[in-house]
Amino acid sequence: MNFELTEERQMLQDTLRRFLRDRYDVPTRNAILESESGMSSEIWNQIAELGVLGALFTEDDGGFGGKGFDIAVVFEELGSAGVVEPILETCILGGGVIAALGNETQKALLESIIGGETRLALAHGEPRARYDLNRVETGCDAGKLNGHKSMSLGAPNAEHIIISARESGAVDDDDGISLFLVPASALDLRSTPMMGGGMAADIWLEDVSVTDDMRLGPKGAALPYLESAYAAAITAMCAQTLGAMETAIRLTTEYLQTRKQFGRPIGTFQALAHRLADMLVELEQARSAVIGIAGYLEADPKLRDKHVSMAKNLMGRIGRQIAEESIQMHGGIAMTQEFELAHIAKRIIMADHLFGDVDHHLERFIGLSAA
Amino acid sequence: MDLSYTNEELAFQNEVRTFLSEKLPTAMSEKVRLGKGLTKEDLEEWHSILNERGWLAQNWPSEFGGAEWDSVQRHIFEEESSLANAPRIVPFGLAMLAPVLQKFGSQEQCDYWLPRILSGEDWWCQGYSEPGAGSDLASLKTRAVREGDHYIVNGQKTWTTLGQHANMIFCLVRTNTEVKNQEGISFLLIDMDTPGIEVRPIILLDGTHEVNEVWFTDVKVPVENLVGEEDKGWTYAKYLLTHERANIAGVGSSNAGLEAVKRMAKSEMAGGKPLAENPHFAARVAQVDIDLMAMSLSNLRIISKAAKGGAPGLEASMLKISGTVIRQEINDLARRAAGMYALPFASEAVEGSNQPELGPEHSRPVAEQYFNNRKISIFGGSNEVQREIIAKTTLGRMQ
Repeated sequence: MNFELTEERQMLQDTLRRFLRDRYDVPTRNAILESESGMSSEIWNQIAELGVLGALFTEDDGGFGGKGFDIAVVFEELGSAGVVEPILETCILGGGVIAALGNETQKALLESIIGGETRLALAHGEPRARYDLNRVETGCDAGKLNGHKSMSLGAPNAEHIIISARESGAVDDDDGISLFLVPASALDLRSTPMMGGGMAADIWLEDVSVTDDMRLGPKGAALPYLESAYAAAITAMCAQTLGAMETAIRLTTEYLQTRKQFGRPIGTFQALAHRLADMLVELEQARSAVIGIAGYLEADPKLRDKHVSMAKNLMGRIGRQIAEESIQMHGGIAMTQEFELAHIAKRIIMADHLFGDVDHHLERFIGLSAA
Repeated sequence: MDLSYTNEELAFQNEVRTFLSEKLPTAMSEKVRLGKGLTKEDLEEWHSILNERGWLAQNWPSEFGGAEWDSVQRHIFEEESSLANAPRIVPFGLAMLAPVLQKFGSQEQCDYWLPRILSGEDWWCQGYSEPGAGSDLASLKTRAVREGDHYIVNGQKTWTTLGQHANMIFCLVRTNTEVKNQEGISFLLIDMDTPGIEVRPIILLDGTHEVNEVWFTDVKVPVENLVGEEDKGWTYAKYLLTHERANIAGVGSSNAGLEAVKRMAKSEMAGGKPLAENPHFAARVAQVDIDLMAMSLSNLRIISKAAKGGAPGLEASMLKISGTVIRQEINDLARRAAGMYALPFASEAVEGSNQPELGPEHSRPVAEQYFNNRKISIFGGSNEVQREIIAKTTLGRMQ
């Protein structure tokens, strides 16, 4: 057993942490949040230059990482700094699907993703699917896509969007789902900023033409690959939330030490001090969940998914506690948009609305445990 | 014991229902239902509709033009208003300042200020909290120094709710630095147009502009704007806080919120079925429902006691805690029910926002409301302060 990071990952962590500390301070991030595109191309390019995007892909795909722990290391740092750029959307979801399913031509995109020149998004969710991955109403019939994709993360800033559509079977059949790589310019997007930062779009598909060479992988067999991509995305999201929790706890600790009321630092009130202690206890639970999911990401899907659902459920529960308690112990100041904690708390809470919430993963865990 | 309303109370409830169905403008209740921000004009219009009926100043004595409702009537009105999606009455002038003036102000002050509150001529805001004085309000530092016929005020107030709409502010200021914190505070009425006052917006984490900072630099306030006696302001402030606590449980708003969640759960889908049929979600809703039913009865017990002249003591602190916890839990349920459509963020949830509106209407305000309502366990005496009151009162001073 060994819970230490490898030297390479340690270096990656140090480099990214230093970069974000120097270049992604709170005023910078607040300006990005208020900008039209909701992201900074400059930061994006610099992150690519640092090799961070390459760390999310395997050597076979032109990167130098791509394992669960690479994802965890990168996203914990991104989460700690509250980074809103669509790295998960581009590299883990979009890039992950292409790496798993793409033919040689399609895989050529990976180089430009790693280099920071191209961004991707996955449009899989639908209004009535909630968090189910197998529930796809959007159809592909005679080369035409029709349907409504909801909240495609990162789509407003993507050049290519991967769209799932059903080519056969009932609405909730596991078989019959295909993926198509479509230029964003061919699509009707309605974009929105998100509560926790970043952008998403709903996409209305009305007779959008697709050809066979736009299909990723075999016809109708995409679901297991979507599940793998979501497992990696949940790993990234959990690590990111862990980083955000660390920041929330750091800020709360500093505040309890320095804020004075009734003539003394409020951290000297046991009622608050013990709640901070509880948060620290839960943070270690969260850290273990992230290590678990990262360590089992390449395992057999059944074992992997049990850890995926365990981690996502746990992060949702602990995240709510840490976000709410951090705000409460700060008092009014944490309610203000420009204060660092506000953004961090929003990211922690809104993570529960991505890739399945606490209840969804509890049910999934029950199912996986019973099987 | 009898848990039902009396015939008179039922008749009153009917009267309120009729009034709301006839007089509450649909455009206004739609905004409230959809969680959209209300403009100053909306709030003024609602005040004026209520004033016409004589129902604006619900707890004032009739000699000042008040409705003189007892606590049961006020509860019924609040309950019906919430269910009808009526706007909340802005409390600062009506429910907070007015009782202080009526009890401690001069006849001249009552004659001058009270009618202006009713007519809407004055919009009051509250100058209590300061950056360094939150839970420890008595440590406030805004200074007022007497010079001839005026006080000269310097300092800063914060979290001033709807201060951007106000033309008047009632302030706690320090007039004496030689005595204990609580003994050197005075209660001043200040015209917001006086030179030296600056209002700066604070944008909250849900993107709304609700609260402000108010800065005072050499602001001249006539001495006749002192309420009661100099250095006795803490007494008045505490009296005001007991009025701030009327309706502290927010039962009406929680009932309306939970109903909204139940409606959402019928149309949102999970696993191919309505979310309402999902056992985990249904259990969450039931759990809050159970807590809310019990709290409603606690609330009625206290209201009934107050209607018979009893003063709520610890119960107010207890209701503040359970009321806010339950309200926040309902906000959490609404957020969960919305699923991915809780994610979009319209940075100012008011009309004129140019963000596209994605997802069903009911999901649009839920994340904003969830974050915005984190405030309710912080303001008006945080839940920690309330626990301290309950514990200290019960345990007494221990050595």
